[in-house]
Amino acid sequence: MSAAIELREIKKSFGNIPILRDINLSVAQGERHALIGPNGAGKSTTFNLISGYFAPTSGSVLLRGEVISGLPPYQINRRGLSRSFQVTNVFANMSVWENLRCAVLWSTGQRYAFWKNVDNLPEVRERTAQILADIHLTKRRDVPAGLLTYAEQRALEIGITVAGGADVILLDEPTAGMSHAETERAVALIRRLTEGRTLLIVEHDMSVVFGLADRISVLVYGQIIASGTPEDIRGNPKVKEAYLGEEAA
Amino acid sequence: MSEISTTVAPPLPTATEKLQFYGMWAAAAVVLVLLPHVFGSGGSLTTFSLIGISIIFSLSYNILLGQTGLLSFGHAVYYGLGGFLVIHAINIIGANKLPIPLPVIPLIGGLTGLFFAVLLGWVSTQRSGTAFAMISLGVAELIASSALILRTFFGGEAGVSANRTKLFKIFGWSFGPQIQIYYLIAAWTLIAVIAMYALTRTPLGRMCNAVRDNPERVQFVGYNPHVVRYLAFCFSGFFAGIAGALAAINFEIANSAYLGAQQSGTVLFAAYIGGIGFFIGPIVGAIFVTILSLGLSDLTQVWQLYFGLIFIAVVLFAPGGITGLLMMHRPLVKAGTLRQVLPSYLHALVPTLAMIAGLVLAVETIVHYTVNPGDDSHIKAFGIPFDAASPLIWAISAVLLVGGFLVARKDWVRIREAWDRAGSIEREKDVTA
Amino acid sequence: MLELIVISTLNGILFGMLLFLMASGLTVIFSMLGVLNFAHASFYMLGAFFGFQISRWFGFWTALLIAPLLAGAIGVAVERFGLRPVHRNGHVAELLFTFGLAFVIEEIVQIIWGKSPVDFRIPSSLDFPAFTIFSTNYPAYKMFMLLVSIAIFAALLIVLKKTRIGLIVQAALTHPHMVAHLGHNVGRIFMLVFGVGTALAAVAGVIAGPALVTQSNMAALLGPILFVVVVVGGLGSLPGAFVASLLIGLIQTFAVSMNGSLLGAFGPLSPAYASTWLADIWGVTIAQIAPIVPYVLLVLILIFRPMGLLGTRDT
Repeated sequence: MSAAIELREIKKSFGNIPILRDINLSVAQGERHALIGPNGAGKSTTFNLISGYFAPTSGSVLLRGEVISGLPPYQINRRGLSRSFQVTNVFANMSVWENLRCAVLWSTGQRYAFWKNVDNLPEVRERTAQILADIHLTKRRDVPAGLLTYAEQRALEIGITVAGGADVILLDEPTAGMSHAETERAVALIRRLTEGRTLLIVEHDMSVVFGLADRISVLVYGQIIASGTPEDIRGNPKVKEAYLGEEAA
Repeated sequence: MSEISTTVAPPLPTATEKLQFYGMWAAAAVVLVLLPHVFGSGGSLTTFSLIGISIIFSLSYNILLGQTGLLSFGHAVYYGLGGFLVIHAINIIGANKLPIPLPVIPLIGGLTGLFFAVLLGWVSTQRSGTAFAMISLGVAELIASSALILRTFFGGEAGVSANRTKLFKIFGWSFGPQIQIYYLIAAWTLIAVIAMYALTRTPLGRMCNAVRDNPERVQFVGYNPHVVRYLAFCFSGFFAGIAGALAAINFEIANSAYLGAQQSGTVLFAAYIGGIGFFIGPIVGAIFVTILSLGLSDLTQVWQLYFGLIFIAVVLFAPGGITGLLMMHRPLVKAGTLRQVLPSYLHALVPTLAMIAGLVLAVETIVHYTVNPGDDSHIKAFGIPFDAASPLIWAISAVLLVGGFLVARKDWVRIREAWDRAGSIEREKDVTA
Repeated sequence: MLELIVISTLNGILFGMLLFLMASGLTVIFSMLGVLNFAHASFYMLGAFFGFQISRWFGFWTALLIAPLLAGAIGVAVERFGLRPVHRNGHVAELLFTFGLAFVIEEIVQIIWGKSPVDFRIPSSLDFPAFTIFSTNYPAYKMFMLLVSIAIFAALLIVLKKTRIGLIVQAALTHPHMVAHLGHNVGRIFMLVFGVGTALAAVAGVIAGPALVTQSNMAALLGPILFVVVVVGGLGSLPGAFVASLLIGLIQTFAVSMNGSLLGAFGPLSPAYASTWLADIWGVTIAQIAPIVPYVLLVLILIFRPMGLLGTRDT
């Protein structure tokens, strides 16, 4: 079975400045994989590369064995990969319900239909209602997304990401800025929503990483210095030196 | 329907709500039919006709601006091309005695608008924002300039004309009298409004809003924003073409002004002043702008200046337009706090009106001196006679303008405070509820 | 023929320098404030009309000094009381504000000075032929216009490269957000930039007024060309604006002075086509197409090279 996501000899430079130098990464299907590393290591760049925001300078990105590097984001999304954003990126003027519904429309085959009433599509209603219940925002259904609290917006962000039914999910620092209690709730939500799917997550909160991940890769200055199970990573001297320090979680 | 969608999802409209909804449209149709019986004069009929055309045009413009976030400076192109083609079509159909009646003709205009939108839309909608605005300007100038070169099609400065009564008659109507034209326009207005409203309730319509709010995120839910914008552009061109066709039928002429920058500017004004954030905004704007331009031009020589000043005022102080301003009060009505702010409005009314009166007085006096210096100085502005040569007038306008402003300023602060109070009361109610 | 080319080149460069006087201000305003000033050509027009009126009362040289200062002051007020409050309503609102402003300025100019051209005369001290090329006298006033444009261009260059404020402006051209982060008094800098930009446009108006027609439709005629220059050159690129200004100045001038058409080159079409649209295109002269060429260029650039010829930023 081919890997869910595979990066082969990925290099990415902006102008003359190399950000990613020769990255090789493989995430198996159904695996929960965390990408950690200090700020500026290139984690967001890696995400942007995988999701099609830009193309690699050289090397290739594969999704379930198929090359996707160079494809525009919407085509990658249609092939079953979805991502969330570090800075909340929702449709601020639309209600929570409408936000989720937008995320559901393509995968229910609506495409650019201009002859159907969107309120009369039972499958769309079902799916949207299901996600709304899953992310526990039922009470805030009709609130414009721009008026939600920060934690609610992050939950909506995750909801939009998984609503389309993609089986490869990329989450970019989903618990950033959350309190301890909010983080715990978010982790439980993520665990539930990504059941049976492949998850690649960037995180700084080590408790989240070690609690959630099956495997961890450590990115430092654009290179992966270690990749393995949480125990491997915890005990790895290079990782400790570069990132974790002596106080591992 | 599963339990989830009944408990979690927004409730489906009940039978009564559906009845109310369709009833509203039926009532609108009835109003349109009865309107000429209430206001039957020739002038009123012409005004209604112009309003109808403007409603269709402004709504078509708002498909771009309010719904998809595309600011166009050249929308008149599709309006004008629709108009020109319809004039030629009427002439050809009339000359060959084809059995095509006038009521169908606006569809030809729509298809023309659609054709050109399909042609020019893909490259136009590649980018949004300022780039789109610039492309729309460039394309519009291109086509408007070409109009003076391609004289056989566009008729040069004089334009092309047609006789709308020469077509195949149905119900024995020749469509010569204005009342028949009014009914034609009213019918098409209703159809167009219903169609454009329906569009907002489709998956495409929802994604247009999404592209407006966050084109980046739209990509990551599987949609190509370019395609969404392109389709919106095509629909917008279609309805603009219908509006242009009705204008051509109404005036029996089409000329390069139909395509020009002024026409593009007017529809922008109408949509924006009405309010681009709501579906009925452009309808309100179309009515307001049409009546204002017809009415003001009788009252003062420089109505266009007032127009521009009103537009700037809306941009500065009420970016949501008239509808936006009204809708802003909806939460207050719901919370019952409307009477907190109403008194402050009344209080501010007098000084604000005084300020505006001072401005108008100054403008009209200056106009007298610069535009008609030789005329008798006893002029009328807005129906009120005064002597422009008297130095007292300058004093009065200065007092009104400056004094009005100084007093009004305090009242505007009062209004803001009243809003704050209303907001606090509403929040308290929320907490205790 | 050679005479035509030389004269057209001189005129073309002159027109290009005038365009650059305006385009430079527009580019810097766009880069720093993020707003494409629809009313920029209106300040050009204000410069011309203020110049006309002041030169009627106090003479041309006073007008050359005072008119741009007046226009620049209005520009500062527009930024402070108009653009700054609108800024929080988004880019669309800013663009619409400048659009409304352009409209209102044109109306006011029409009210005060009327719709016909005004008699803005070349000052008698400059009204003589500078030199004779082949058989044509080239007016000294045009050389004066060229000299003023070059002088201002040189001054701009010095300010940009050698002064602190120039450094900030250069930085803002490519990284506008950073300027605020660096702790400069952004408000004051914006007012200054807008004021100087509009004053430059006004200078162009004062010196162009006597040579070209000073009329209330000046802004509407020149405005779109100005946008073409700025977009073709690349929003945010001063060198690009310079190149594009000269390019378009030369193209326009040559197109107007040449007078070919397909008709002239290949002879008339058969009479069967005489009154069709084909005949229109066949008979159209290059001079007639001249007004359209910049827009074709604009659309082509926006499609194929949206960052412009030398631009570094996307719109």
